[in-house]
Amino acid sequence: MKPYRHWSETARRDFHLALLTLGLFVAVAAKFPAFATPAHLAGLLDDTAILIMLAIGQMLVILVRGIDLSMAANLALCGMLAALFNREWPEAGVVPVLAVALGAGTLLGAFNGILVWKLRLPPIVVTLGTLSIYRGVIYLLSGGAWVNENEMTREFVDFTRARFLGLSTLSWFAVVFAVAAMFEMRHTRLARDLYAAGGNPEAAAYSGIDPGRMQFIAYVVSGAIAGLAGYLWVSRFAVAYTDIALGFELQVIAACLIGGVAISGGAGSAVGVLLGCLFLGIIRSSLPLVGISAFWQMFINGVVIVVAVLLSARQRRHVRSILEAR
Amino acid sequence: MNLAPLKRWESMLALVLVFEFVLFSALSPYFLSVDTLSDATFNFTERALVALPLALLIIAGEIDISVAGIIALASVAMGLAAEQGAGTATLATIGLGTGLAAGCVNGLLVTVGRVPSIVATIGTMTLFRGAAYAVLGDRVLKNYPDSFASFGQGYLVGPVSIELALFALFAVICALFLHGTRWGRVVFAIGANPVATRFSGIPIDRYRFALFALTGLASGLAAVLLTSRLGSTRPSIAQGWELEIISIVILGGVSVWGGKGSILGVVLAALVFGLITFGLGLMNIPGIVMSIFTGTLLILVVAVPALVRRR
Repeated sequence: MKPYRHWSETARRDFHLALLTLGLFVAVAAKFPAFATPAHLAGLLDDTAILIMLAIGQMLVILVRGIDLSMAANLALCGMLAALFNREWPEAGVVPVLAVALGAGTLLGAFNGILVWKLRLPPIVVTLGTLSIYRGVIYLLSGGAWVNENEMTREFVDFTRARFLGLSTLSWFAVVFAVAAMFEMRHTRLARDLYAAGGNPEAAAYSGIDPGRMQFIAYVVSGAIAGLAGYLWVSRFAVAYTDIALGFELQVIAACLIGGVAISGGAGSAVGVLLGCLFLGIIRSSLPLVGISAFWQMFINGVVIVVAVLLSARQRRHVRSILEAR
Repeated sequence: MNLAPLKRWESMLALVLVFEFVLFSALSPYFLSVDTLSDATFNFTERALVALPLALLIIAGEIDISVAGIIALASVAMGLAAEQGAGTATLATIGLGTGLAAGCVNGLLVTVGRVPSIVATIGTMTLFRGAAYAVLGDRVLKNYPDSFASFGQGYLVGPVSIELALFALFAVICALFLHGTRWGRVVFAIGANPVATRFSGIPIDRYRFALFALTGLASGLAAVLLTSRLGSTRPSIAQGWELEIISIVILGGVSVWGGKGSILGVVLAALVFGLITFGLGLMNIPGIVMSIFTGTLLILVVAVPALVRRR
């Protein structure tokens, strides 16, 4: 292992965040031993699993200078599609439901991607628009009604809750995604192309990488993840309605920012994002123990985001400080 | 100065507005009356009030996503003061002051903290709305004095509400500022090329800070009007408004890349938006379905010029 002074800026940042997350965990566990029990930790992972999956998708999009505000709406729409599919064809089982959610999410992501790639529309406007559209479509599909647990098959609901080696299927999804992303982002050509396209689009274009196409790929992957997460969400909470995961996209973006993903593109790591999610997850699950009302959650998230972005803005200060005219 | 393309955009908006008038008066017999139209203005004036300074901010190449969070925070601050028995004037001052302070926080984060404005205001949006939830929980504040209701429910002359008059006044001030003063030219210059602007000896951070503070102040004003109109404060007040307000600005022809836009466009877009919301409401179409329409409109607004360029 290289000595610390040779580490990259990203590696140092991830290391600091890991220390901070570990410190937070130890502090809470020291005060409340019940926090560190395997059962509670499994619950914590279960609560954070969907956040982890979505944040990995969001990271890809932010890496290539995009942003996906429609992620939670995509999740809600695919979740509703999955629930409706299950209601119409209860005998079909879980596999077609997974396919429906994944396929629909991919298409919704591709729609964002094609607008950003082919028409070069600003990502924030495109996904702001599709956010409204997707939410509206859920209402049209469901007629504003809820799909409740009694309209879902046992299989549909139990899928995420089945346990294997002490963890739920949902948690395993997050673990597999996190491990795959950590490997993927370090060792594949696609990931290098994504970093290149986000870090310096002009230079990437000259080396034969189409930055627009990279954005498209990032949106497709992020959409597919959101779609899959849609089914998982609906299965876990056993209810689907228009407003599920309302505003969740901001929590996802927050996890990315805390994890050190630069909004200007080209910088960020899967490890950092995972740590960012765990950091938020630990705070959320320790609030009731410390006796702070759940209503404080959002405020604390806000403080964490503001501090995180302030710190990372300071770190990057020396880079191109004249050019950026700040 | 070549205003031709801008003029085209605004005449398109005006055409859409006329079309809406014709459509809705054909569809609903109640639409074309002074009372109905006066009622319709309440649908958008508060949002439009915030859209005006936000347009200046976006023209200067920045963005503020925390506006709805500021409205919630200011409303909670007023609600708490009202609980302590504060009078109407004090309440309005507190609302405006909270908005201004929140805007200054955004301004400081962007100018001193050097955080990109979209990230900074995603953070403060969570912070402000979070503070509203933290303080209020699931409570509702509604101990407002009777005279407080006049801001959001009162009329200045005839069918012209105080809200509408304030919006008109603010629109004129913003238009004069942006299109008639040297400072307005600087706002365009910062959005078009911040590096060149700074090298021309202009303190661009001071402008950025002032625009964030102004946007905060306008959000505070919107909070006073909205709270007064509703007569109550919940932490979820004005939820999702940031998207609608940004939609109005972009629909008004302001470029998200900065450097382009006009106040007339934003005012027309606010009218178009307000009439759609109200007209569809008259036809009993639920708000969530209208969001399909708003979203499509938002994308079309940026997609159509892009498609034309590709030819």
